[in-house]
Amino acid sequence: MRSAPRELVLDDDDGPGSSGLPAAPGPGLRWAPPGRAHAVRRTWLDTFDWRLYRAGLILQQATAGGATEITLTSADGSELARPLQARVRWPALATALPPGPLRSRLAEVAGVRALLPVARAVSSVSEQRVVNADDKTVAYVRLDRMPAAEGRPAVLLTVSPLRGYQRQADRVARALGANGVIRCSRPAAAALERALAAAGRRPASYTGKIEVVLDPGMPAVAAVAAILTALLDIVEANVPGTLRDLDTEFLHDLRVAVRRSRTMVKLAGDVLPCGMTGRFGEDLRWLGSLTTPVRDLDVYLLGFDEMAGRLVAADPADLEPFRDRLALRRAAERKRLVSGLRSARFSRFVAEWRAALAAAPAAPPAPAALPAPAGPAGPPGPAAGRLAAARISRAHRRVLRDGAALTGDSPPQDLHDLRKRCKELRYLLEMFASLYDPAGHRRVLRDLRKLQDCLGEFQDSQVQREEIGTLAGQMMASRSVPAATLLAMGEVAATVAARQARARAEFAAAFAAFASPASRSRLRALVAASGGAAA
Amino acid sequence: MRILATYNIKGGVGKTAAAVNLGYLAARGGYRTLIWDLDPQGAATFLLRVRPRVKGGGRALIKGRLALADAVKGTDFPRLDLLPADFTYRNLDLLLDRAKRPSRRLATLLQPLAAEYDVVILDCPPGISLLSESVLRAADILLVPLIPATLSVRTLDQLTEFTAGLRRHRPRLLAFCSMVDRRKRLHAEVAADLRDHRPEIAATAAIPALSVIEQMAVRRAPVPEFAPRSRAAQSYESLWDEVVRRCGLPPAAQ
Repeated sequence: MRSAPRELVLDDDDGPGSSGLPAAPGPGLRWAPPGRAHAVRRTWLDTFDWRLYRAGLILQQATAGGATEITLTSADGSELARPLQARVRWPALATALPPGPLRSRLAEVAGVRALLPVARAVSSVSEQRVVNADDKTVAYVRLDRMPAAEGRPAVLLTVSPLRGYQRQADRVARALGANGVIRCSRPAAAALERALAAAGRRPASYTGKIEVVLDPGMPAVAAVAAILTALLDIVEANVPGTLRDLDTEFLHDLRVAVRRSRTMVKLAGDVLPCGMTGRFGEDLRWLGSLTTPVRDLDVYLLGFDEMAGRLVAADPADLEPFRDRLALRRAAERKRLVSGLRSARFSRFVAEWRAALAAAPAAPPAPAALPAPAGPAGPPGPAAGRLAAARISRAHRRVLRDGAALTGDSPPQDLHDLRKRCKELRYLLEMFASLYDPAGHRRVLRDLRKLQDCLGEFQDSQVQREEIGTLAGQMMASRSVPAATLLAMGEVAATVAARQARARAEFAAAFAAFASPASRSRLRALVAASGGAAA
Repeated sequence: MRILATYNIKGGVGKTAAAVNLGYLAARGGYRTLIWDLDPQGAATFLLRVRPRVKGGGRALIKGRLALADAVKGTDFPRLDLLPADFTYRNLDLLLDRAKRPSRRLATLLQPLAAEYDVVILDCPPGISLLSESVLRAADILLVPLIPATLSVRTLDQLTEFTAGLRRHRPRLLAFCSMVDRRKRLHAEVAADLRDHRPEIAATAAIPALSVIEQMAVRRAPVPEFAPRSRAAQSYESLWDEVVRRCGLPPAAQ
């Protein structure tokens, strides 16, 4: 059997076939007559946010001679492969693949995200055997001629040793190296990168995170416009996936980008030119509301199996009508969402918002709440560092104030409002992240996350309880519900209520930790380091 | 992992040809297959173009200083590997004699390969020795090639009696006629007698005496590889199908 291809060499010669091969593949070795070239049609798959690539994994579906095989290659070169008897229609979740180690590993990394084709290529592949004096094969050199791309090698050469013949394969690799062939450590990744380059793309090009690099001294208006533009890019990037309902995370990323935009507009929009926030704030609010119902139902459905599995008295199967009802509700809400995203209002908003953001840095500054620092050489309006420090500090103070006012009897709405304040603080920290020391930033986010987790658990439980109540009422009214389902829903409601009560009980400790002097000083130190004293 | 052994007390009956051809067919059928050439003459190793050498020799393997997996060589055929012969295998009996639980030694050594291979074929040297006992303890199926002659049947009787006397582990016996000469009436009679009177251990498939099988040594390849349409290749295919069917080998993964 062949060992994993440990050596890969790239021939940077665009010339024909085996032009990069030396006359002899190494001392005591020779080439066997070449085999016939055949076409291999490849599709590389990854999640929209490149989870596989970022985890060092390459997933490739290859079809040659009517047979299709899917291969998952790890960073260390080890492979999990399996033939596909039935065609899989991509995009699809990992569960569309037959059960086995490959599917399990994929599901582990891809999670709830669908696998989408990210690159395609048709190669002409031939193989040359390397034989020793006994005419025994010791290694295979595969020549993979991929479509040309500027500045990238046209032929991939892979040396695969036969088991027990590693030394001979090393000799082959050395002989190829001496012939001017470039060595590459990750063949599978190189092939994907090459296919992407041929299509004018690059890997890991999308992330739901904001990747704008800010300078503390740059004008605040330019920083805010840059962040909002990056968020608009995320919104737009996720629209097609949301419309096609490829997986739940397209909507999630879209929604988070909208919410971050709203936070920025609300808490730092005053540095934008006059009238901008008023004009577009309403559209952002509309877009946020448009996404809420489907996302809430997604959260419910994603956790459904786990919730059903925790039932003690009822049978999980009893909940199926409830799940069906949730799915129906989701389908109805999705119609509204899709129609909103296809509306003229949405298209107009995207175009006008982008244009306004592009023009914002050059427009006359708004009479900002935060005055520009004194000095003849400073830019017009406040600097990004000062703005970030002031707005993060203000959001922090609001969380501390509102959190301190809560008691064990506070209505759920108050906890929900505090959760929103926490999210605003979190979003500000994330959006201005490039201004801060990464280690200090991580610590501050960790402090906040614990409080957010507690509030999130409380609020999700609240939404789910309300949803159960509403649906139970509707199902009763339509007389379409078996008694067993209602009983199971009752048990779910009780479990959710217990979870919510636990979250409320844990709130005091979570808030106390967040409001501790150590946590406060960490945040103060963070913002002070890169924007001056917090205002 | 199923362990098959091509074994006979007598030599020159077609054990190695059977091991190589059946190993090739198993691999072609999708089974991850390993042939262990236990015969110091190294005929199977030669046929598969591998050099008959194991680092540290038989001693290193038997003592466990060299894992079997590290001595394996890939053949030119997908899914077929070989654990080559070494001239020091001539002393395997002595080495086993010095080992703990010698009759279980091969089974113990093969155990770590269970995750890597579906089928292991042991190509055994002739004779009855400590090595044979260890092979009988390790093997699930004993494939016994017989030249259809009265003395061969007597040998099969001896072997049947010997395996029946084994305690705990007893391999399943499957005898098949080998080097069958159609022109010899005795061959036909003995083969028919075996099939009729010992159907539980005698295979229906038989391997004819054909020069194409002898050409394996010239071509250094299994018959179905260089003469896929030959009668010999078809005979080995029938035999392999019968082994799979009668010994209940699970379907190959691919």
